[in-house]
Parts: sequence; structure tokens; C-alpha cells
Amino acid sequence: MIGLFVGSFNEFSKYIIPFLLVGIPFYGLVFKKVKVYESFVEGAKDGFTIAVRIIPYLVAILVAIGMFRASGALDLSLNFLSPVLTLIGFPPENLPLALMRPLSGSGSLGLLTDLINVHGPDSLIAKIGATMFGSTETTFYVLAVYFGSVGVRKTRHALAAGLFADAVGVLSAVYICQFIFG
Amino acid sequence: MLNYIWFGMMFIGVVVGTYTGNIDAVTQAAIDMAKVAVNLAIGLIGIMALWLGIMKIAEESGLIRIIAKGLRPLTIRLFPDVPEDHPAIGSIVLNMAANILGLGNAATPLGLKAMEELQELNPNKETATNAMAMFLALNTSSVQLILPATVVALMGSYSSQIFITTIIATAMSTVAAVVAVKFLEKRKRFTIIDGSQS
Repeated sequence: MIGLFVGSFNEFSKYIIPFLLVGIPFYGLVFKKVKVYESFVEGAKDGFTIAVRIIPYLVAILVAIGMFRASGALDLSLNFLSPVLTLIGFPPENLPLALMRPLSGSGSLGLLTDLINVHGPDSLIAKIGATMFGSTETTFYVLAVYFGSVGVRKTRHALAAGLFADAVGVLSAVYICQFIFG
Repeated sequence: MLNYIWFGMMFIGVVVGTYTGNIDAVTQAAIDMAKVAVNLAIGLIGIMALWLGIMKIAEESGLIRIIAKGLRPLTIRLFPDVPEDHPAIGSIVLNMAANILGLGNAATPLGLKAMEELQELNPNKETATNAMAMFLALNTSSVQLILPATVVALMGSYSSQIFITTIIATAMSTVAAVVAVKFLEKRKRFTIIDGSQS
């Protein structure tokens, strides 16, 4: 039942973008007599300036993340943290993913792929990992890009709140999966 | 906070890299990632142009105003500082919708547009407003109804089990995000010091 539901949901999702691309100009042109071509070009002009404006912020954040990861500091913090985590019922296998997720999308996808290949998609560890991946975001990247695009440098409580939400997402993923599948 | 984390990651990277003998890899990572950052931004230009173009049509045909109006009871509580008829509300709502539907490509341009419009309301151009912090917290913790395509590909037939757990976990993190933002924005260390702070 659920399988069918999810299947049709993901099937449906591939029509969303084409529908929006056609549906919005259709509504504008037919119902509101908007000059859709001119409006499109007018709006699209901003794409270039915004993309270029975020470059310095992207360089700053991605370089720092890259250096941290390449040094082996992530593995080291894992060794450090795993005894504590075992104590609260957090599977140590899922820790690298939990730590990597706010930092890097491609890095965390790599870790998830590895988890699923090693333990199999039917394992609790893979299910926790996949849930974690789906319920958290690359917070550092999003914050750097979004604030960078408007030139905000003092981010106040945004990072703390984002990381707190990530932590709640990660822990929820662990406990919910253990409760349902464990 | 970002200052310390940013510097801390690089500093720890160099110290640990020296200790573990990975210092070459650290150097290489710094150079590679600088290139990756530019490629990412350049790659974003086309997608940004496409979605911002479509958005402009939606805006001029009044679609965004209709959607924003419908969700006003919710957004007025989350973003009390943003005026009712401000275009930022429309962009925020559409960005959230794109996130919920798992449309990452559409979400980023809409989100950046929302930030630009929130910035218009910002008296202190270099400092984040409460509305910005709320928007980003909702954005990064967003409820996701459609699983990322990559997860479906990896998990195969087990994706359907993950579907439910993901919705619950992400609902929890969204609630946590809202509570955290509302709680933290009133804390002393996060209050806006206006005027010419350094």
C-alpha cells in the first residue's frame, strides 16, 4: 500500500517542473495578457548577477570544508565521539554521515552510498542513514550562499538555529528508525 | 559564530593534516575546492536565469500574490516583521513549496530571490534580520514529501519504508528550527546592535 503510494508520488514528481514551465506562462498569457517572453527575459537577467555575487562566499566556505575533510580531522573526531554516542544509542556507523551532512552534499551522499553498499538497504543502519540524509540539509552551504547573495555578513542566530534543527533531525532519524524497524 | 567555525575548520585542517601527514591533501583540497566553488556558481547561472524568468511571469500575472495571500495565516506568525503585501512573502512561500516537493533546482533561485526581497526590508544591510534567520532555518530543515531521487535509487524497494520515517524526522527538525529561531532571536548575544558596529 505504502509502496504504491510512494511509487506514484515519485512518478508524479517528474511532471512538476515541466508543468510549472508551461503552466505559469500559460496562465499569464491566456488569462492575464502578460507579455510572457519579455517578462521572462527581464527576470532571467538577475540570474547572472546573483550567481556571480555568491562566488566569494562559496569559495570561503567550500575551501574551509575541503581542508577540514582532507586532513583526516573528521575521522579523528569520530574516534573521539563514538564511545559517547554508543551510550545514547546512536549507532557509530551513522556518525560520519551525521557530521558530514551539514558540511557537504556530495560528501554525505558518498557516505550514504557506502553505508548502503556495505550493510545492504534492508539494514537498520542503511535505513537510519537514508532517513538522516533526507531530513537534514547542507546547512553551511545554504547559509553561505543565501546570506552571501545579499551581502549579509553578520548572520546572528541563523547558524545556531540551523545546526540545532539538523541535530534534532539526525537524532529523530535514529530514534524513529530504531522504534519502527528495530 | 560563522567566523570562528570558518577559521576553526581551516586551522584544525592544517594542524591535523600536519600531524597525520595529510598536509599535501589539505593543500590540494583548498585549491580544488576554490575551483569547485566557481564551477558551482557558474553552473547555477543558467538554472537561476530559467527560474527567475518563469518567476517574473508568475509575478506579473498575479499568481504569486494569490498563493501568498492563501498562506498568509501561517506566514504572518512566522514572519511578523514582513508587511502583508510584500513580494518577499510570495518568494518565501514558493521556495518552501519547492523544498517540500523536493525540487532543489527550483528552490535555490526562489530562495535567493526571497533573500533579496527580505534585504529590502533590512535597515542594517550587513546584519541578518529575524525574518531571514527564520526563512533559512525553515529552508534547511524543510519538510520533504518527495524523497531525493538519489536516495530512491540507492534504497530501491526499501524507499517506501524510508518515506514515512523521513517525513516524521523532517517534521521534528522543522519544529525544532522554528522554536530555536524564536528562542534565540531574543537572546542578548544575538540582538541587533545598530549603527556603526565593527
